Amino acid sequence: MPGILVYALHDDEGNFNKNSLGAISEAAKLAGEIGGACSALVVGDVADDAAAGLGNYGAAKVYRAKGVPEGLAQPIIDAMAKVITDNGISYALFGGGLLGFEIGAGLTARLGAGVTMEVTAVKVQDGKLVAERPILQDSEIADVGYVSEPGIIIGRLNAFDAKESGGSAAVEDVEVELSAWSTKATMVQRGEQRGADVNIEDADILVGGGRGLGAAEGFKLAEELAESMGGAVAATRAVVDAGWYPYATQIGKTGKTVAPKLYLAAGISGAIQHKVGMQNSENILAINKDPNAPIFEFSDLGVVGDLHKIVPKLTEAIKAKKGG
Amino acid sequence: MKICVLVKEVPDAAVQKRIDPSTMRLDRSGEKNLNPFDTHALEAAMQIKEGGAIPVEEVVAVTMGPESAVRALHKAVALGADRSVQLTDDALAGSDVCATGYALAKVLESESPDLVLLGQQSDDGECYTIGAVVADHLQMPSLTQVIKIDVTDGKLRCERQAEYGYDTVEIELPAVISVGDAINEPRYPSLKAIMGAKKKPLDNKAAGDVGIEAGQVGEAGSKTKVISLNPPPAKEAGEIIEDEDTNETVEKIVAWLDERKLI
Repeated sequence: MPGILVYALHDDEGNFNKNSLGAISEAAKLAGEIGGACSALVVGDVADDAAAGLGNYGAAKVYRAKGVPEGLAQPIIDAMAKVITDNGISYALFGGGLLGFEIGAGLTARLGAGVTMEVTAVKVQDGKLVAERPILQDSEIADVGYVSEPGIIIGRLNAFDAKESGGSAAVEDVEVELSAWSTKATMVQRGEQRGADVNIEDADILVGGGRGLGAAEGFKLAEELAESMGGAVAATRAVVDAGWYPYATQIGKTGKTVAPKLYLAAGISGAIQHKVGMQNSENILAINKDPNAPIFEFSDLGVVGDLHKIVPKLTEAIKAKKGG
Repeated sequence: MKICVLVKEVPDAAVQKRIDPSTMRLDRSGEKNLNPFDTHALEAAMQIKEGGAIPVEEVVAVTMGPESAVRALHKAVALGADRSVQLTDDALAGSDVCATGYALAKVLESESPDLVLLGQQSDDGECYTIGAVVADHLQMPSLTQVIKIDVTDGKLRCERQAEYGYDTVEIELPAVISVGDAINEPRYPSLKAIMGAKKKPLDNKAAGDVGIEAGQVGEAGSKTKVISLNPPPAKEAGEIIEDEDTNETVEKIVAWLDERKLI
């Protein structure tokens, strides 16, 4: 049976990741076109109804590996490899996210399988899957096919939308023997939140700050500008990792996904990892001193200049306009 | 312990990259440089060596690539590696991720490292995956996008951001760790180190020297095939303002915001 297997990631409370749910919906659609079924793999202590509930997104079957811990890639590679091999599954599909990349890559080695990553769309040609992968900073799209099965497809974050179809999946428990090296990494703490808890996902206006702000103190400019417009402040991974701004405000591949009415990017270069978290914003305004910054390729208004000169004056002008 | 750092020669950031339509491979002519992400892995190796929590006998830079890639190794040695290994073979050209990971694992196997470090991505391929592929071949535990490494009791304590926040993971050696660019600020090589780089030992290996099976690498060993290249869907180009007179620029921005009822 030419099936497609999706790994469904969940947090410590048992909530499934929305990119995993999107991958299930996409796999269900594609499986229909190649005449197979979509199945999902869950690991850890997932309740019967939660596992069966993945049927609502298109999974016909859910394999549950209770003895495999969630959160680190290698034990899950063992589980995926077993389910793929035992059931003759043709493709593995991952929603975006760090673990999907690690598991997909490990499966490549384990199964001698081809892999395509950062995939934005998948289509069917002659009964086989072909992955669309943007390359060279998204300037071209490569259509990538697989020479043999299984094939591994790792989606870009938010590439696939979750669609509820109202079904319920059959749940099958699987016993997985872990590889010796899979037990040599241990999670000490998972999902630690660092810094203040801020909600940026509901804001209509977001001012995003990047390395171009120069230092942690530079965020004051972003905060004042956001305040003048009644918005909130977000940040890139680089500045969060540097400790300039709290993790809760991070947008992108390992952070949050936002789609405000206005995203004003201040000193953000627009690397793919950030772009995937904010590219669906209604209006994107970028201020950056580097005219070649990738952000200008997907902004609606790009301002090439020194944000330290422009932002304070912009804040004053907006305040004046609102006051007047 | 022995640390191997995987490095790669990539087109310089200033070079306009293109795909050669006849081979569907990246056109690698033009100015090249050491992949900037790899300098963070080298720096991490040097910090472990200098940190003293565990004795490090040597740091070895390892690359796979054409003869010209020796320049990336010279830079790696200038940044602190004690010696380097270059895997060069015509049979390797056109290897995809699956085949490249296998070949790198084979050359690493010949070095028996206690720790393999690499950068989170290459500037040209942007695959983010090689570390995890290599780790499975070497049967070693692995973690990617690591932003902090501490060595305690002969184990690594690593931190990284994953889907739900920061994870702290303890890993036994030997291990494969890919580091994020936030892990450190790489040092600049001294003039003396740059001058001396060509004198440090360099091993050249062909595929057969490290037991690579020819059928598993190159185009023949690759499991993916680029069928075609297409331009991305056209997006209406945004307006660009060059800031010459800041008051004027601000006026234009406010007008743009106002038009869209954003203020």
